[in-house]
Amino acid sequence: MLRLGSLLTGPVLWIVVLYFGSLISLFVTSFYRLPDDGIGITEKLGTSNYRELASASVYHDVVIRTVVIAALVTIIDVFLALPIAFYIAKIATPRARTALITAVLVPLWGSYLVKAFAWRAILGSPGGVLNKTFGSSPGYGLPAVVIVLAYLWLPFMIVPIYAGLERLPDSLLEASNDLGAGFWLTFRTVVVPMLFPAIVAGSVFTFSLSMGDYIAVALVGGPTQMIGSVVYANFASNLPFAAAFATVPVLVMVVYLLGIRRTGALENL
Amino acid sequence: MRTRRIALACSTVVGLLLTACGSDSTKTADTSASAGTASSSPSSSPSTATSGTDAGPVLPTAIGAGEGSLDIIAWAGYAENGSTDPATDWVTQFQKDSGCKVNVKIGNTSDEMFQLMQSGAFDGVSASGDASVRLIDAGLVAPVNTALIKNYADISSFLKDQPYNSSDGKNFGIPHGWGANYLMYNSDVVTTAPDSWGVVFDKASPYKGKITAYDAPIYIADAALYLKSAKPELGIKDPYSLTQAQFDAAVSVLKDQRAVVGEYWSNYAVSQTAFEQGSIVMGTTWQIIYNLAVANNAKLKTVLPKEGATGWSDTWMVSSKAKHPNCMYMWMDYITSPDVQAQVAAYFGEAPANPKACALISDKTHCDVFKATDEAFAKSVHFWATPRKKCLDGSGDNCVPFSEWIKAWTAIKG
Repeated sequence: MLRLGSLLTGPVLWIVVLYFGSLISLFVTSFYRLPDDGIGITEKLGTSNYRELASASVYHDVVIRTVVIAALVTIIDVFLALPIAFYIAKIATPRARTALITAVLVPLWGSYLVKAFAWRAILGSPGGVLNKTFGSSPGYGLPAVVIVLAYLWLPFMIVPIYAGLERLPDSLLEASNDLGAGFWLTFRTVVVPMLFPAIVAGSVFTFSLSMGDYIAVALVGGPTQMIGSVVYANFASNLPFAAAFATVPVLVMVVYLLGIRRTGALENL
Repeated sequence: MRTRRIALACSTVVGLLLTACGSDSTKTADTSASAGTASSSPSSSPSTATSGTDAGPVLPTAIGAGEGSLDIIAWAGYAENGSTDPATDWVTQFQKDSGCKVNVKIGNTSDEMFQLMQSGAFDGVSASGDASVRLIDAGLVAPVNTALIKNYADISSFLKDQPYNSSDGKNFGIPHGWGANYLMYNSDVVTTAPDSWGVVFDKASPYKGKITAYDAPIYIADAALYLKSAKPELGIKDPYSLTQAQFDAAVSVLKDQRAVVGEYWSNYAVSQTAFEQGSIVMGTTWQIIYNLAVANNAKLKTVLPKEGATGWSDTWMVSSKAKHPNCMYMWMDYITSPDVQAQVAAYFGEAPANPKACALISDKTHCDVFKATDEAFAKSVHFWATPRKKCLDGSGDNCVPFSEWIKAWTAIKG
């Protein structure tokens, strides 16, 4: 018992101090404010940062834009991940399965920055790869942000769906087939309902990772601002305000997690 | 499910306990971090500066032995060690001479540099005027004994004892070099050479979506400078000392510009690739971006528009918490020596602070092109400065402070 205790001390301290500690520090900082000359942090607690967030419409626009981007990325990833995961789990031979799942995971070993910069070179207009090859490109802007984030987070959607499919007995598919259902009817009425918790679990990753992004949007977003960009821009000059704005995605994710708790998706994370 | 619930309940309890004890410790940490600044008021910069020095070391009277290491924040191109281009390297020589191993952290914007200096992990910084005043006011930099820098005497007199590098009769750094922010354009696409900043502020621009602007609140001064001559009735004198009406006019120009901007840049390498690819064809730039892009065969030109330009006059400053102050003094002496000044000025594309460098630059016209010794020209470039309520140009106490510039910048980008 004692040994178990000492084994757990490190990880518990890690979670308590670094994880909760930084969240609490973020939250507390968000209630401070800058003095009038804009230097340092006034040690006076107040809600001025939140009042400013509530009053200026630009921040509302940024929050809405970020949520919409995160939602679009999630939807695109669901539609891409479902057939890929289904093929890997149910159709591919065991040997091909290993190769394919490795192929899905390999991009995660590459640096985020390198991938984002690569997309910058692909999407640029007129000098980018896409434009030179196919004669058109969306260029930098909001569509580019959605494309790049959907690419970056796709493995986080494929893996839970693949895991969910592994747990789906083949006999159910066969039974459905025997009863006369075609592929699409089986997919729609048997596979998707049973996979729903896995899809929601994947969406937690794609949604939350998109909510916090600020690098992809800086590299391919053109003039687009997301929550992360505004936090980054204020981080250097107005830390308390940046902290206040950074609590917004935390709140959005709390609401999101509360909403999906009943689906059982948290079991699939 | 049951075990999950219990785990969740436990973590909530732990979380609540932590809020009780954690918030206390956070507050103490914050207090110590900002102790030097908490009491400062807008008009008391000299006294804050003094309070900053009380805690820090007294003015050094000699440069002691090197500490073997030096951590500095620099603009891209100011402290090159050959990693960008093997032929461009003056840090290695310094390391050999001084025995100080140099770690360079590139600062992309003045705001970033200010933030990095607050961490206390750096010995010095090449600060522009929109960071240096804040650094002095916040007590983050120490006064410098210029007598210990043997090259200081050679530095152009119009760069010495300026509001952005001194306070209350004390010097807070050594001038490094200066220059203007140019208007750059792609000469393949933009066939009529522009002569006014108006082309980047035109909301009906034919180059819609291909215009760039500097992604920092200080860029509002560029719009103010343009309005100074485009709308003289506003009565703008100094683009960093704006009344609310003048400020609103500049913000409105920038909100119109937002519709034609393809990308805001704050990272010089990102801006360079945008110009090289042609996704951006026009906008404000630094000479170094032009130099790097043209080296990659981009068809670009720069002009200094008729309105004049904003610009920078940079200062090497010593952190008040420097762990390697001797190495920092050696660096300041080294970087202002004629030979090194010549290398930096030629590579970065700016006027050297030390005019003795001019004779050593292989391009003999360099100092003429950058008007390095032209005091009247230097006075016409509007060097970056931190706007504050007490107007920098002494015109009153009703200027829009920098905190408002920051908020406006987010609103401009939308």
